[in-house]
Amino acid sequence: MRRDYTLRILGVVLVALLAAGPLLPRWAMFLITVSLCYGTVVLGMMLLMRTGVVSFGHGLYYCLGAYAAGTLDVLFGVSDIAVMLLAAILVTAVVSALLGLLLRKYRDIFFAMLSLAFSMILYGLLVKTSALGSSDGFNVAAKTLFGIRIAGTEFERYLIFAITVLTAFLAAVCIHKYLASHMGRLAGAIRDNELRVEYMGASVRNTIHVNYIMSAVLAGLGGALAAVSVGHIDPEMSYWTTSGEFVFVAILAGTGNVLAPFLGSFIFETIRSFAYEYSPNTWQMALGTTMLLVIMFLPGGLWSLFTRMRKAA
Amino acid sequence: MNQLVAVLIDGLIYSSWLFIIAVGLTLIYGVMKILNIAHGSLYALGAYSAAALAGYWINQGHPPIGSYAAMLVAAILVGLIAGPVIERGLLRFMYGKDEIVLVLVTYAVFLILEDFIKLAWGVDPYFLYQPYSLLGSFDVGDLTYPVYNLVLFGVAVLIGVSLAWVLTKTRRGKMLVAVIHDREMAAAMGINVSLVYFMTFTVGAMLGAVGGALTAPMISVQPGIGAETIVLAFAVVVIGGLGSLPGAALAAVLVGLVRSAAVHYRPELDLFAIYFVMAVVLIMRPKGLFSVQEARKI
Repeated sequence: MRRDYTLRILGVVLVALLAAGPLLPRWAMFLITVSLCYGTVVLGMMLLMRTGVVSFGHGLYYCLGAYAAGTLDVLFGVSDIAVMLLAAILVTAVVSALLGLLLRKYRDIFFAMLSLAFSMILYGLLVKTSALGSSDGFNVAAKTLFGIRIAGTEFERYLIFAITVLTAFLAAVCIHKYLASHMGRLAGAIRDNELRVEYMGASVRNTIHVNYIMSAVLAGLGGALAAVSVGHIDPEMSYWTTSGEFVFVAILAGTGNVLAPFLGSFIFETIRSFAYEYSPNTWQMALGTTMLLVIMFLPGGLWSLFTRMRKAA
Repeated sequence: MNQLVAVLIDGLIYSSWLFIIAVGLTLIYGVMKILNIAHGSLYALGAYSAAALAGYWINQGHPPIGSYAAMLVAAILVGLIAGPVIERGLLRFMYGKDEIVLVLVTYAVFLILEDFIKLAWGVDPYFLYQPYSLLGSFDVGDLTYPVYNLVLFGVAVLIGVSLAWVLTKTRRGKMLVAVIHDREMAAAMGINVSLVYFMTFTVGAMLGAVGGALTAPMISVQPGIGAETIVLAFAVVVIGGLGSLPGAALAAVLVGLVRSAAVHYRPELDLFAIYFVMAVVLIMRPKGLFSVQEARKI
């Protein structure tokens, strides 16, 4: 049995990021924060893809999480980060548990299309809700953490960064444990042959449902963290191109390990921020080409490069 | 009463447009089992090249009536160039892969073409308004509609009827239907399947570009129109049942009427209404209105 270093690597990265945080320039800190938010969403995407279903509407939960966190201030005057994240988790868990009842029966393109429809419904509603800024969205600011004021203090940026790092770390550890569990291991079997899984006495639909809820909660967390760290949310988060990006990064990264989504997101966000700077009109072209190359030559995603190296060694 | 008439007429006009943009998508899916996201880019390419060519024609001082021909030529050229390039250059290496993987492949093509359009035409909007008003207008009660809308309706009917005719009455169409039902068996009977795929994709691409060209006079042609349109086309195609021609027609009418009713009575719900219908239909009939039952494979 090969040794699994994932948890150790995660721990080292956590300590390194938290320690290096105060020394990092602002742009680097922001870049890492945003990639970790994105990575959390893609982690959920990966969880779903391991069972063989692909959602073209995960922007729904990304957006829902962000709006759940953002509207707390508008509706109840609450702007504590902990409460915002909790709200995102609750809302996405409830919504995904309900929609999952329908979606668990769907596969392939029909799963992708029904989830697309749900996310576009949210988009259509938000675009016309003038109280929430219609298509412009609105600004979000987290003012306190567990009741202690952080807005305006010199630690504000670092604290948000640290919270994001911690949340992403916890999510990665939990999902890593889950993937090794009985239910987590069912995913691959379901992707290969559902009928056999049923004959063995396991429930395909329940497994997909549970994975769906978990991936929705991760997307919601990612959305809420993105709302807090970017400071602005808009309905575009639920548009189909956002969901398409999540699928894209998940394919690019591969579904082999919980580290992959974060690595993929970091590469993606780095390229994106530099491309916006230097070549805003060709970066999607580069993305598309990369995606084609990955699909053709690296069906397991970038992560399969590591596993190949380990096999060779 | 008057408003009801307006809802019906607006709905039918919108349905015609929806059918035109969705028919190529459903054709390609029906034959090749590819849900082609790049259809949105072909639509955008058609719109841009029509706006550019017809705009050039009018600016040169030629009789404006010729702008319709220019629009059509532009769209056909787009289809004839982009279709074969995408199919021969890329898709033929992907046949046999998972349907979801094929969706992602066309998504990649979509991303590439989005930037290609920005590079070729810049990011400023194009306006081609002349063909829209050129034909004058007609009155229904005290409502006035541009005749161009009738053209849209006519083109939709023409495309639908001729596709149905080709599929059911001609030799080539029957061969196509054979390929749809069983690709391998059709190949064994001597049908050149890769030629059928090639032709289908090219025709589908052309239909997408024609949709864009016909839309160009009604909108400001700008980046993002492809992304906006392809989800609508998805909604229509999925509601109708992927790959079904009558399904797409029925779905276009359904979505068109619902949206037009929403616009007239509850304007804040127009986008919501479309995707709500899509979700409801998928929940009631998971494979769309006109779907073919498939045998479960073990």
